[in-house]
Amino acid sequence: MFQSPLRNPLIKGKKSYQDVTSQLLDPMVNKAGKLWYMGITLSGGAMMFGLFMIFWTIWQGIGTWGENRTVGWALEITTFVWWIGIGHAGTFISAILLLFRQRWRNSINRSAEAMTLIAVACAALFPLIHLGRPLLTFFIFPYPNTRLLWVNFNSPLVWDVFAISTYFTISLIFWYVGLIPDIATLRDKLTKGIKKSVYNFLSFSWKGSARDWHRHEITSIMLAAIATPLVLSVHSIVSMDFATSILPGWHTTIFPPYFVAGAIFSGFAMVLTLLIITRKALGLEDFITIEHVESMNKILIATGSIVGLAYITEIFMSWYSGVEYEHYALMNRVTGPYWWAYWIMVICNVGSAQILWIKKLRTNLWFTFFLSIIINIGMWFERFVIIVTSLHRDFLTSSWTMYKPTIVEYGLLIGTLGIFFTAFLLFIRIFPVISIFEVKSILKTEGAYSANKELNHG
Amino acid sequence: MDSPKYISVFFDDEDPLREAVRKLLESKETIIDVMTPFPVHGIDKLLSIKRSRIPIGGFIFGILGATLAFGFMTWVFTVSYPLIIGGKPFFAVPSFIPITFEMTVLFSGLAMAAAFFVRSKLKPDIRFNPVEERITDNMFVILVDTGNGNTTPQKIRSILSGIKTLEIRE
Repeated sequence: MFQSPLRNPLIKGKKSYQDVTSQLLDPMVNKAGKLWYMGITLSGGAMMFGLFMIFWTIWQGIGTWGENRTVGWALEITTFVWWIGIGHAGTFISAILLLFRQRWRNSINRSAEAMTLIAVACAALFPLIHLGRPLLTFFIFPYPNTRLLWVNFNSPLVWDVFAISTYFTISLIFWYVGLIPDIATLRDKLTKGIKKSVYNFLSFSWKGSARDWHRHEITSIMLAAIATPLVLSVHSIVSMDFATSILPGWHTTIFPPYFVAGAIFSGFAMVLTLLIITRKALGLEDFITIEHVESMNKILIATGSIVGLAYITEIFMSWYSGVEYEHYALMNRVTGPYWWAYWIMVICNVGSAQILWIKKLRTNLWFTFFLSIIINIGMWFERFVIIVTSLHRDFLTSSWTMYKPTIVEYGLLIGTLGIFFTAFLLFIRIFPVISIFEVKSILKTEGAYSANKELNHG
Repeated sequence: MDSPKYISVFFDDEDPLREAVRKLLESKETIIDVMTPFPVHGIDKLLSIKRSRIPIGGFIFGILGATLAFGFMTWVFTVSYPLIIGGKPFFAVPSFIPITFEMTVLFSGLAMAAAFFVRSKLKPDIRFNPVEERITDNMFVILVDTGNGNTTPQKIRSILSGIKTLEIRE
């Protein structure tokens, strides 16, 4: 078999197929530890707080938020774009890296896809509540109605609805098709009880027959092929919510690629945050190795550099365009009343990615974990800067104002974080967090034991 | 219903499995099925499984999705309810592209997943019992047809002599 002498083994330790199965199924078969209960209590608390704030928003109306006539769109759309961005890493890992035959994706794709689904669900919550009248959400879908009206297909906000619902559906299918063989493994490992019946039901009577595997592989690769442009389209469309407007600071053609790079950047940061905790908590050090972390860090360098380049392009264009409004919008970002948000963004996103050129730091787990959180914060501020600083000083000087979020809005942000972590914690106990069959299929070529054997003899 | 008669041959690795499939086919035995814990490459060629037509289905449904989406938006904006939006043309092709693209992907993805489930006969069933529970763990199995009457465990054992099998049972 082909061995790459350039890469370290992706699966450490001397393992048989059976060891892989039992080690990866352990969290589902055995009881949860104290740490897990502590985690879910904390995130559950945050979730309840957020749900209450959603209730309060709907009950009282949008007046509970800090928005005003000038800044009519702020923290909620910021957090929406942030979550959608985070939701990009999962399908990037499972689709694009599958097409490029990157084997290191096999240990991380499952959890990254789950993260994608949860993040997109968190994001989808925001348009729902900031419509103001959530009960009329269905107005956004084109259906024959008594008002004899259709939706405006020329509007990026309508494109958003289609893009995000398609993205969620395809990601869900992709994730579940990949899960079926592993659910079957779980079904066969459990001996009796309701749990077995439930997994039996969910496994869709998977047999593992050669014909089924053949179709499974073709379906996966084809879904990857169509999901690849889909990933790139979703954030492009989200960016057009802004780019098709005439507001200085929003009206730029660089937005789609800039947003996509930023999305993958923040998504990988979130994957790193989650996986570094998960590998420690579930003892998956042999499957998610430093090699994986380093590979993800390299993607952070690439996407982070694109983001940095986009910032520079924005600065250049505001001068080169010769439009004084564009020029002012930029100067207002950098030196205006929200200067601190701009500089947090620059330091967190541009600086952090460049530090990773140092090999010692990108192979250091503590540093990577710390940096991934910094990037998450930075990317949130990026959206805040784009949205709020462009809005708060509009064309009419008399309506210039400042925006200050209220506790309800912070509650929504904290609440979605709560929903996100609660759902992820539940996921790691319900389904195998690492794709078992995919790890087994590369065990011989990428595993430490057989790799060493080959290298010593070759 | 008549359940098919077969002999199951068990292996603990993919290499002997591949070897055994080759030998069994050389001696004209009929293989009903091969079951493995993960996709073993090359088995589909040996068993001469035809390349799945799922991608073709995905392509057709993708085209269908694109046509439906584009046609629908065109109909809405030129026939059903022409509405002037910012002085732009009614038939605004560029702004129909994003939704057309999304619907193409959605139709094609749903069709391929549905085709996969239908063709592989995957359906939720609480009473489902696997042939052998270790197949999804570490066991590789070949089911050899005994319908012709002269295939016996002894015969199979002699065909597979020299290959590491774990168990041969009827």
